[in-house]
Amino acid sequence: MKVLLRNPRRELEIDGPTTVLALLQRLELNPESVLVIRGDTLVTRDARLADTDDIAIRPVISGGSTPA
Amino acid sequence: MKCRRCGQPAVIDVRRHNAAFCADCFVHHCREQVKRAIHDFRMVEPGQRILVAVSGGKDSLALWHLLRELDYEADGLYIGQGIGEYSDHSRAATVAFADERGWKLHEIDIRGEYGFDIPGAAHATKRAPCGSCGLSKRHLFNKAALDHGYPVVATGHNLDDEAAVLLGNVLRWETGYLGRQHPVLPESPGFARKVKPLVRMGEREMAAYCVIQGIDYIVEECPMAAGNKHLGYKDVLNGLEEQSPGSKAAFLFGFLERGHEHFAATAGEERDALGRCRECGSPTSNDELCAFCRLRERAQGVDAPVELGPTRRRNRGHARSARPTSAG
Repeated sequence: MKVLLRNPRRELEIDGPTTVLALLQRLELNPESVLVIRGDTLVTRDARLADTDDIAIRPVISGGSTPA
Repeated sequence: MKCRRCGQPAVIDVRRHNAAFCADCFVHHCREQVKRAIHDFRMVEPGQRILVAVSGGKDSLALWHLLRELDYEADGLYIGQGIGEYSDHSRAATVAFADERGWKLHEIDIRGEYGFDIPGAAHATKRAPCGSCGLSKRHLFNKAALDHGYPVVATGHNLDDEAAVLLGNVLRWETGYLGRQHPVLPESPGFARKVKPLVRMGEREMAAYCVIQGIDYIVEECPMAAGNKHLGYKDVLNGLEEQSPGSKAAFLFGFLERGHEHFAATAGEERDALGRCRECGSPTSNDELCAFCRLRERAQGVDAPVELGPTRRRNRGHARSARPTSAG
């Protein structure tokens, strides 16, 4: 499957099938800090991903100036 | 996973609630959480207009969207900080979001109106850019609210932001900051009320809300913030959360329920002792100039490049050497 990562942007080719959680563990990513999107749809950590899927892993953590 | 409300296939899990939701029920969940935060902390009174601080990021655009969905009269304010292409992209995302919906957006360009920008301010002060950025935004959001007659300013600070700030404040026992850390800062002479209606929402939930609602936000992080201390605190807290779901909420809401009151008196004393800035009239603890006017004096005319944060500097090398790999 094709896996698109951001910040920095890069694309990986990873063999499937696998689960979202296993994919994130393989990439050493904390599931709390990303969203996983298959095509245009969000998927939960137990979802099975096929070898033919296009997956985007989007970071969700932002931060800079502190709250008022 | 199945949706907790309707039993259809879920698209997002929220482990601290021991729940998963389909898209429609997740949107319902977000609205309910924001309604509850506004109600529990008495953030907005009936009929009050809200000025929403928007940056083009997921939290602020989602907040504006949610407040409108909940029928609040909410307008946006965008502040251009002059952080190179990042500011160009963030402004474009914000303007497009407002234009598509016909919603009112105020804009302030710091360089155009005050003669400096955040890279120049960081260079002039020799301090982290996030400090100058936060100081400028707080001052200008408050000023714009008072100038345009909005009694309430709403910011997109979420549960993760607040828990990370709390961790930073506790690590240094910043008693003044701990006294001011609350989802509502009440109005007082020279200050509009400041509210954080996303305090019950995790950062991951706000990104999911944007994806589900088709909100086109900037995913790119601020290049100057990359790798800052605040992000490090979030990383630590997310490590705890993954092992023990609900840790972040327990940390923050435990403080608000049982810890905040012990520090609030310090904050009240500080606020009562404020004078007025001789330049702009804003409340200040300094008898001469407020922090924003002091920053402007130092940074005006300073032309400096966008300095990358530590993570971005490391990743610049990584991106050059990265090759597609198969980890199968």
